[in-house]
Parts: sequence; structure tokens; C-alpha cells
Amino acid sequence: MEKRKINITVDGIKYQIKEGKTILESCKDLGISIPSLCYLKDISSNASCGVCVVEVKGAKTLVRSCVTNASEGMEIKTHSPSVNLARITNLQLLLANHPTDCLVCERNGNCELQDIASVLGVNETPYDKTKPLLPLDESSLSLIRDPNKCILCGRCVAVCAEMQTVYAIDFTGRGLKSKITTYKDKGLGNVACTNCGQCALVCPTGAIVERNESSHLLKDIYDENKVVIVQTAPAIRVGIGEAMGMEDGALVTGQMVAALRRLGFDKVFDTQFTADLTIMEEGHELIKRLTTNGKLPMVTSCSPGWIKFIEHFYPKSLAHLSTCKSPQQMFGAVAKTYYAEKMGIDPRRLVVVSIMPCTAKKFECKRPEMNSAYLWWKEKMNLADKEAFFDVDYVLTTRELAKMFKMTGVDFKNLPEEDFDHPLGISTGAGAIFAATGGVMEAAVRTAYEVVAGKPLPDLNLRTVRGFDGIKEAELDINGTKLKVAVAHTLKNARVLLDQIEEGKSPYAFIEVMTCPGGCLGGGGQPIPTTWEIRQKRADSIYREDALKPVRKSHENPAIMELYTDFLKEPLGHISHELLHTEYIERGIY
Amino acid sequence: MVEEKKMSTTHLLKRADFIFKSDNDWKDVLKKSLSRKANELINELISSELKGRGGAGFPTGLKWKITSEIDSDEKYVICNADEGEPGTFKDREILSRVPFKVLTAIAVCGHVTKAKKGFIYLRGEYFFLKEGLEKAILEFETFCKTIGFDFSISIFMGSGAYICGEETALFESMEGKRGEPRNKPPFPSSCGYLNKPTVINNVETLAHTYTIFKYGAKRFYDLGVQFSRGTKLFSVSGDTPKPGIYELELGMSLADFVEEFGDDDTKAVQVGGASGFLVPRKRFAETTIGFQGKLVGISLPTGGSMMLFNSSRSMFNVLDNYLNFFAEESCGQCTPCRVGCQQLLRGIKAVKRGEKNAGYLDKLLKLAETMTYTAKCGLGQSVANSFSSIVENFREEMIY
Repeated sequence: MEKRKINITVDGIKYQIKEGKTILESCKDLGISIPSLCYLKDISSNASCGVCVVEVKGAKTLVRSCVTNASEGMEIKTHSPSVNLARITNLQLLLANHPTDCLVCERNGNCELQDIASVLGVNETPYDKTKPLLPLDESSLSLIRDPNKCILCGRCVAVCAEMQTVYAIDFTGRGLKSKITTYKDKGLGNVACTNCGQCALVCPTGAIVERNESSHLLKDIYDENKVVIVQTAPAIRVGIGEAMGMEDGALVTGQMVAALRRLGFDKVFDTQFTADLTIMEEGHELIKRLTTNGKLPMVTSCSPGWIKFIEHFYPKSLAHLSTCKSPQQMFGAVAKTYYAEKMGIDPRRLVVVSIMPCTAKKFECKRPEMNSAYLWWKEKMNLADKEAFFDVDYVLTTRELAKMFKMTGVDFKNLPEEDFDHPLGISTGAGAIFAATGGVMEAAVRTAYEVVAGKPLPDLNLRTVRGFDGIKEAELDINGTKLKVAVAHTLKNARVLLDQIEEGKSPYAFIEVMTCPGGCLGGGGQPIPTTWEIRQKRADSIYREDALKPVRKSHENPAIMELYTDFLKEPLGHISHELLHTEYIERGIY
Repeated sequence: MVEEKKMSTTHLLKRADFIFKSDNDWKDVLKKSLSRKANELINELISSELKGRGGAGFPTGLKWKITSEIDSDEKYVICNADEGEPGTFKDREILSRVPFKVLTAIAVCGHVTKAKKGFIYLRGEYFFLKEGLEKAILEFETFCKTIGFDFSISIFMGSGAYICGEETALFESMEGKRGEPRNKPPFPSSCGYLNKPTVINNVETLAHTYTIFKYGAKRFYDLGVQFSRGTKLFSVSGDTPKPGIYELELGMSLADFVEEFGDDDTKAVQVGGASGFLVPRKRFAETTIGFQGKLVGISLPTGGSMMLFNSSRSMFNVLDNYLNFFAEESCGQCTPCRVGCQQLLRGIKAVKRGEKNAGYLDKLLKLAETMTYTAKCGLGQSVANSFSSIVENFREEMIY
């Protein structure tokens, strides 16, 4: 239905606009930018900061433009002496308790508090600090919370509750004691937090950031005795450009590879390679489950936030998870066994680094069971317990990598494009689309169809599972057998499909779940800001990457075929079982 | 009920014309009211010009009318008995002495608005009233059944947060959430408890509607002055020889009030509790107590607390006390209130200690003004009332 037109006056000028939007959004449409701080489109309605206030004729107080709808006849002043005073005063109140160590903050240069202070011309506060220093929450392997930098905007609480239905953090205390914290102050690492990092992605300041590991990594890069290899997730190539000053969603695969070489990595590989490997294993696992009366629906296991979510909240359904490790972990295991052996590198000298759009991957690589390569070599090399190593040593987010690029001074935009190294850098279009919600499903279908039907898939593009609808469905016809599949992104939507499973009402054979909105390209480790518009641009680039690839089906990846011939022998074989599959645990919610 | 009356502190009562008059005719008032049309009752209330006695002074009849006109299968009537304003202690007396007036009013509001469910949100510290109220509710509901009126009332215990007296924070609290005010609009009349249309009235307001339904609007309207009709309960405390609860006509001058209740040494009266205004002696004569008095006496913002201070009192200590209260009780949601209260408190201490110069008080007055204009709810918006009126009138006591 066409929205009703209304007449409003803004700063003395009359406009006709469509009804139904807030004053702030309506003004934005008119090209008037009202300064705001805690407001974040689609996320926040806390309206706590008091910066976006405007004067509305007839109102007793100033009006919060972020939560008040424009209505017929409204006369709005977006700036006036009292509005300006209010904005500056409220900002100064926040600054009174905010640390001033901007130079050493993760978010220096990309901080909404800094930005608004600059916009309002505020460079000091007349008010004293009233809040005592609170301890940092460093309990999580993925995220670090600094409550002192928190301005209580509530965005993190909103995404955690509304987008992810995880409720790991919330407000407690009144007045001076108000803070955002976890259940009983236990810390993010000790509660049912999925490490998805969406909180870090929306935080306007540096109050929630990823655990930065770049300084440790640099030591290893500069260590002559170490062979440091890197894998990059599909979503990095459509995100990192933004952090390097390029347009949103820029596809920068070649520049990224070149920059990684210049940073000092000995080999630059691609997680898309093991995404293809995941498809081989997971595709065959699905076929096996379908043909041997196995547990259905089978649900994907690439997204570590999702894994921790189901371990916490739906432990009864763990058997529905594919036993396949995520592409990141398959990469680590293959690199430190197959690749190390092939290249004659002592696996203890080999350092595997992941660049991920994800904070949960930092936790995933430290799961105690993610040491398959060590177990593989333990007897063969007579390794001691204290020599134990993980399959993946470091996980860096897109943001951390961007900082390292900037530090080394590479002229990212103008770098010559370079190719990934062989063999772990060879991938197909199927591997690329892992970055987008629906991508794993589409990639799996491309392979499973051809393996089962024994003939080429008529159309490689499974458009019904693309796009940002919360839950997408498709029905496949493989030689007369009909299969229903579903795709969900965000844990709120995953919950819907899980509830169906637990009620015994799930009509699906195969389900893809991605923790983050839009899939990995909207992950918690991606550049800030990440909005729906930006996610769409990243998705467009990823599907372009897929379309440009000469090979678009995982099972046709020559390097994958070689890996099976030379090493793994067959999907779901005993080596695969040792290196590429895993199991899950029940975690409880407290 | 006669038993209970004896138990309560009757010696506090000095002048009670309507509110505390026995409620033993409640069955008649209820039956008579239920036999009348909703429109009639609303018009009765509107013509009485009764305004909310919780402090904000919204016309009660209009409030009932708005909710009655909204189409919804679920509506609620809530009696706000979260009497938390410092210096206010009249609602507890109403609930312990004449509970049936309140219950009757809740039910009549249900009849008017087609709500089937009423609640009393009882202040956590008033737990001692719960048992007596429950007994009364049982008797009341039983009677409602016998006359075929489908309505039930439950008590919801608060947990001690001042902010939960703010109507939308009260709904959040009832819904099991953290007590924080909501963004407005929407207002409770259309979107209140469980996001359903809700009438929420203060205990005393409801008790006055009983008076109006019993005697008719005129009797009420004839009392008081223009814009401030009827009587009002005042909780009188501080430096007075006769503290207690008094039902007085609106529109009296503060000078007359002090004449009656002062100790001949009254230097200031805090009207409306911590969130109200301080009136200094030189303004007593020009201040009237009502909803639209001139000058500082715009008054009774919160339920009629009258706190008298004589010359032995330090107004710095008085303000310090209020600000400590607000800094503690701010819900912590919006910046101006959460941090503003802390800064006002810290600021006056710093000036008193000589750490900041007297000019800093002016900065704090500006801050208080911003709190009034940008705090989300009545709590933060009214901190400046006491702050500004005390600092402006007793500036020297803040500094030296």
C-alpha cells in the first residue's frame, strides 16, 4: 500500500514526505543529517544517548529524533541554541567517564564517539570522572570487553538478544552502577556466548573488540625458523578492500594475495580450497545419511558460532550436525599433514594462520580436539606431550589484517594482482560462495546432484537459496527423488528450524545455518561499519567471483582430486575420519 | 474493616473530609456505577476536572475516555501504588483504611473501558499491606461475581526501585523485565501493559473517582480553584509541630499553609518531594498550591509531599540528600539522567569544598536544564526542579 504523504517543516523549510519513518530517517532522506550516537539503523531503539534530540513545536521537552515518527504538520528544528546545548552537554557527560587513551584503542580512527565529538566540536568536558575503573573481561578466546569504554548504548545487547537470541549480555545495576555484563559477571568466556562478534561489529566505541593476535603473529612471521602460511576465507576478499579505503564490497582477491606476500607470509593459500574439500566430505556424508537411514535433516557445521549455539541450547540435536570440520579446521589439518609431508616441512615449524571474517573462529581453533595433525604425527615422529600444537595457530579478523597491512605500508589499492600458491590455493566458484548465506547449500547441491544423478546439473545457479531472506527453502529433484532443503542465517532464524527438528516436524533433508546476518560476509570480524547495504555489495562481489571461476563445482577442483588420489583416498575414508571430521559436546547454558 | 481502621495510625489524621470517610457503602457505589453507561461516567469525571494525583496532573476523565474508545480484546486497569517519592506517605493510608474505594474505582474503570483485569502495583516496601489487600480483593471479587460483573484484581509486588513508579517502567517491571521507561509515544492509553491499552492511575486519583461517582461531579468541582479542582491529600513532614496526612482543598496559598503547619521559623518548603520545587520564605505569599499557580508554585508535581525546613537546616545538606537519592535511583538508561545526577552531586560537593569555583554552579544549572529537556522520563526531567530551585534561592549556602 502506498504510504500517506505528510507535510512537515524542517528548519523553516516545508517538505512533503511519506509517513511512517522517524524524524531522523525522514530528515536523512531530505539530505539533513541529524547528529546521532547510539542510534543504529535496524538495530537500536534504546534511545539512550540524548544526542539526536531536536526541537518539535509544541513539545514540552526536546524530542529524540531516532525513535519519534515524523507526523503531519510537525515543525522541527534540527539545530537551535537549546538543541546544541543539549547535544554537547550529553556528549560531555559521556566523555566524562570515557577513557581518553584513544591512541592505544583498537577503534582509534574508527570510533563513533570520536566522530560525534568531532562533528559537535567537543574537545573537552567540564565534568569529572564519576565511575570507578572496572576490570576488563578477558575470559573469552574471541572477544575482549572493556566496560570502561562502554557508553551503554545497548546495541550489543540488542543484537545479542534480537538477532541472535543468545542473551549472553544485558544491562545490570542502576544509576552509577549501570553496566552491561554477563550472567553473574562471569565473563563472556564462561557463559553461553557463541563468540559471533556481532556485538563488536555494532559497538560504537572500543568496548567490545576481538582478541587481537597480530603482535604474536608478527613474531612468528619474523622468525626465520618458522614457515608461516596463511589461508584466507572467501569473505575476506570482498571485505578487506573497504578497510583499505576502497568502495564497499570491492572484490580484491589479487591485491589481497599480493599484500599478504608483502607482509611476509611464506605461502598464501585459500580457505576456498578446503571449502571445496568440505563439500566433498559433507556431500558424501549427506548421501550416506540419505541412503543408510541416517539422522536427518543433516545440518551444516562450518559456522563455529552456530556450533557453540547448538551445543549450549539444543544439545539434543547435536546428532543432526554434519561431522565435517569447518573449512578453516580442515585446512589446518591438511596443511600440517599432507602439505607438510609433501614439502618436507617439520609440522612443528609450520605456522598456520587464518584470516577470517569471524571472531568465533578464534575460539574454534583453540577447541581442544582441533589438534588432529599433532595426533597424526605423534607416533610417527615420537612427539612429546609438551610439543603438542593446534592445527591452526592464529586466527585474525579482517579488521586485524587491515591494520597489519596499514602498518606495513602496502599501497593496497595499487598493488599488482597476484595468484594464490599451489596446491592449497586452488579453488572453485563453489568454494567462493561459502561467504554468502545459502552458498554452502548451493555448492553442496552442485556436487551432490552430479554424484547421485551421474549427469551434469542443468543450472549451476540455485537462485532460490540466494538473498537475505531469514529462512530460504528449495526443493530439489535428483533423478525423481525430491529433497527439501532450507537455509537460515542469524541464530534467531536457526532457532526456528531447530525447534521444528526437536518437535519432529522438520520437512527438510539438509539445512544450512550461518551464524551471522548475510552469512560470513556479514561476520563479526568484518570491517566496521557492516550494514545491510554493504552486505549486499559484498554478496554481489562473491557471486561475481563464482561466475568468473573457470571451475565452479568442488568435485572438479583438480587440486582436490589430487589430494584424494595422493593422500585421502576417498571421501569419508579413514584418513578423512581422522583429520577432517570431528565431534561435539553438550555445554549447558550457565 | 472496622478492625483494620483501629489498627492504623489514626492520630496522623487531622482533617479528612472525603478520602478517609468510611468505604462501607462501596457495594452501593459499585452497583450504581455499573448500572450507568460508560459515557455518562466519563462525562462525570471530565466535568469534575479531576486531574491525576500522582503528580503529572493528566485529566483523569480524558485518560479513561481514550482507552475506552480503543478497540481491543484485552485491556488493563492498573492502580499505581508504587509510592516512592521521598516525603510522600498517603497512598499507604488509603490502601489500609479505605481499600474498597480503590477496588471499586478500579472495577468501575474496567466497566468504562471494557477491561476485565485490574492490578495493584504495590511498592516493595509496602509488603505489610499485601495480606489485608488480598483479603479485601477476595471479598470484592466475590461480590462482583454475585452481581454478575466479570472482573478480577491482582496485586503485583514491586521490588523497591523508585523508577518503577514511572508508568512505562512499571509495565516493564510487571512484564518481568528490567524497570526502565519506554520510548514515548506510544502512551499507555493505547499501548501499556503487555502492549495493550491500559489505564494507569495513582491510588489517590482512584479514591477521588469514588467520591465523584458517589456524590456527583459538582460536589468535587465546587472545591478548589480554577484548573485545580477538588481536594488533595498532603503528606506534611519536616520541621512542623504537626506532621501527618491532611486532605486540603487545592488553591491554598503557601503562606496560609505555613501559617497552619510551620513552627514560626520556616525558611523554605519543598513542595512535591525530591522531584518537586523548593519555595523560599520570600515566595510563600505568591505561591499557590495547585496545578497552574503562578511563579514557583506551579506545584504538586508528585503527590503532595510538603516538607518544611526551618533555619536550623542546611539547604546544601537537603540538596545533597536529594541528589544522592536520584543518583542511586536513576535507572541508568539515558545519559542525561544517569550521568547528570552523578555530576550534579559531585559538582555541588566540589564547589562546597572549594575544588571548583562558584561559577561552576552556573554550569550545573545549564546541565540541569539539559536534563529537563532531554531525559527520557519524569525522573530525570524533574531532578532540575529541586536542584535549580535550591541552588538559585540558597546559592550562598551551596558555596560557604
